[in-house]
Amino acid sequence: MTQAEIRGEAPGADYTFAYLDEQTKRMIRRALLKALAVPGYQVPFASREMPMPYGWGTGGVQVSAAVLTPEDTLKVIDQGADDTTNAVSIRKFFQKTAGIAVTEHTGEATVIQTRHRIPEAPLTEGQILVYQVPIPEPLRFLEPRETETRRMHALEEYGLMHVKLYEDIARHGEIATAYAYPVKIEGRYVMDPSPIPKFDNPKLRMAAIQLFGAGREQRIYALPPYTEVVSLDFEDHPFVPGKAEGACALCGSETSYLDEVIVDDRGGRMFVCSDTDYCAGRRAAGYRGEMAAEEGGA
Amino acid sequence: MAGGAAMGIWAKKKDQAMIELSGVAKSFTLYNQGGAAIPVMAGAALSVAPGECVALTGASGAGKSTLMRMIHGNYLAASGRIVVGGLDVAAAEPREILALRRHVLGYVSQFLRVVPRVPTLDVVAEPLLAVGVPVEAARDRAAALLARLNIPRPLWDLSPTTFSGGEQQRVNIARGFAHDYPALLLDEPTASLDPGNREVVLELIEAAKARGAAILGIFHDAGARARVCDREVDVSAFAVAP
Amino acid sequence: MRAGAFRAEAPVAPILSVRGLTKRYGGRVGCEDVGFDLYPGEVMGIVGESGSGKSTLLNCLAGHLRPDAGEVLFDLGKDGMRDTLALSEPERRRLARTDWAFVHQNPRDGLRMTVSAGGNVGERLMAVGARNYGAIRASALDWLGRVEIAADRIDDRPAAFSGGMQQRLQIARNLVTGPRLVFMDEPTGGLDVSVQARLLDLLRGLVRDMGLSAVIVTHDLAVVRLLAHRLMVMKGGRVVETGLTDQVLDDPQHGYTQLLVSSVLQV
Repeated sequence: MTQAEIRGEAPGADYTFAYLDEQTKRMIRRALLKALAVPGYQVPFASREMPMPYGWGTGGVQVSAAVLTPEDTLKVIDQGADDTTNAVSIRKFFQKTAGIAVTEHTGEATVIQTRHRIPEAPLTEGQILVYQVPIPEPLRFLEPRETETRRMHALEEYGLMHVKLYEDIARHGEIATAYAYPVKIEGRYVMDPSPIPKFDNPKLRMAAIQLFGAGREQRIYALPPYTEVVSLDFEDHPFVPGKAEGACALCGSETSYLDEVIVDDRGGRMFVCSDTDYCAGRRAAGYRGEMAAEEGGA
Repeated sequence: MAGGAAMGIWAKKKDQAMIELSGVAKSFTLYNQGGAAIPVMAGAALSVAPGECVALTGASGAGKSTLMRMIHGNYLAASGRIVVGGLDVAAAEPREILALRRHVLGYVSQFLRVVPRVPTLDVVAEPLLAVGVPVEAARDRAAALLARLNIPRPLWDLSPTTFSGGEQQRVNIARGFAHDYPALLLDEPTASLDPGNREVVLELIEAAKARGAAILGIFHDAGARARVCDREVDVSAFAVAP
Repeated sequence: MRAGAFRAEAPVAPILSVRGLTKRYGGRVGCEDVGFDLYPGEVMGIVGESGSGKSTLLNCLAGHLRPDAGEVLFDLGKDGMRDTLALSEPERRRLARTDWAFVHQNPRDGLRMTVSAGGNVGERLMAVGARNYGAIRASALDWLGRVEIAADRIDDRPAAFSGGMQQRLQIARNLVTGPRLVFMDEPTGGLDVSVQARLLDLLRGLVRDMGLSAVIVTHDLAVVRLLAHRLMVMKGGRVVETGLTDQVLDDPQHGYTQLLVSSVLQV
């Protein structure tokens, strides 16, 4: 039992709405407004200690806390799934601290916090997608000095970004970067879209607001609705949004992003939609994959 | 042929001097020996017309090499005028002297100074490349000169830095005659050469005269001097007694 | 025809004009009141002992150090002579990766050691907008050939190269965008004598074929004799003598230059 329940109060009454104090939320909102005003630009913010370790989405949680209202309906996904430990924990965190409604359905949510995926179903105006970001600086692995990367952004010196793609092709025959694939925003800032698969890159131009929070690195950046997002490439090696060949074993989808699942000790495997809500929705609508009967019979 | 065309510009008439010195003086200041200026030459004057070969004479130490070096811009004249092809070397900017050396004034010194590891053929072709002759044509000309000066073909692809003194001297001559300079300075061109190669060098000098080059040289070889030189200038007359 | 070429060479405008360049470190003089003109295709050597101010001067010229006084005028083509010290940072950085190049003594300072040889050469091309992989790679291969690095090393990292190869790679990386002015800081320092000779020959050829202008700082008089058209001798931050390279070395006019020249070991 929580202390609030012992005292007979409503859940979450011990906490300021959505955990963070109002001054902190104002500070984050100011950073968010600046980030929206300068799409792709990394705005520094005073990241707070959160009751979870770095790497568990402290940046995304702080951004969500700053944008949530009591009327919101929250969905949290981790690699597309609503039912993983990380997603469940964060959902419960906001249920407890904000007392808001939660959902697993993409269409019903007003705020969606995500780690490493964009939902399959197109988002709509009025929705907010909050990304958890581990390393916001796309130039970091090429240029370790923050002073230098900031100058490179300021002066639009992005040749180095293409050096990385060049190295990919030279080594692997193609651009091997499969996630966190760098993009250019409105012809200005080069941005790391967080470790989403490059399959999701074309969806970055969308109707919803996209907010990116990096807690450990203390950076916030954002994309307003319908912002132009171009994946970097070469003329003779154009960007290709890749995915595993095959169809979802459960819902039969051939167009969604698939996870590979090992099903036994003999190397047997299957592909399933990474977006669990999307997959469930298709099955509810009657779509069936090759292993769906088995599942239904079990 | 190219030399003839060049001549037309640098020396309009055969009797106009290609190389002309007047009132040239030279002194050396040795700072680590008290810093006093030691005058070695004063009032030096001479002129060389196109197609003419003039020999510098005088005892060893009289200043023949010093005078040659001043004309080449290697030594700085203390005063006076040293006009070569219309340029006063004594007052010219480095880049003007370098352009003069590239196009107008050739110099066959007694010492070969080259970048190590550069093949002999390229060493000889370099003066031609420097004036824009295409690589193939430059190499052909270099090969012809090396062959004429009896440098064995297997040596052409080696650096001349490892060659014998006589071979180096011939590479130096080939390099000096690669481009048809309107003016040439020759410092003992026939020294340490066997009779056959000596004959080749004298023929080269005669050919250069015939195409109109103005030549100033130091020849200890009296026979050679008598054969190719039109006049002699004794530099002892310019020497300043120490 | 050659005659015309000679005539055309003489009356051209300088590509770089330096006036009254002064840099002090507190009370100590880095370099003082240095001025010179550098012409297209000209290679100038700056010699002097350690602490003579030659590296300070080079870094001031290249925009790595901010001088306390003076002008560094560079011919920007259509914009004419501009004081590079008065350029905005983006303009100066653009200059540094297009018309200018800087070859460091230690190739590690001028290369990306974790990026392949091809990527190192291609970076400047990509920085100025090249977006065709095939073309970038072809350029990289061409340049590796020009600096005598085998084509099959294009995907190796410079860490796997010898010191001489690293230095040649650094030169290729710098020259790929066809700069007009190259700054070199002891380019042959730290290399074996035989490797030095090869590098010198290479640099001579590139300077001649590309019509490069260059400022080379070195304490090695043999290097400047072979590479530089003219010399500037520095002592205590001041220029004590300038002139045609062989003239300064063979007939030095200043006491310090005489000492410098006479201090070289003969082989």
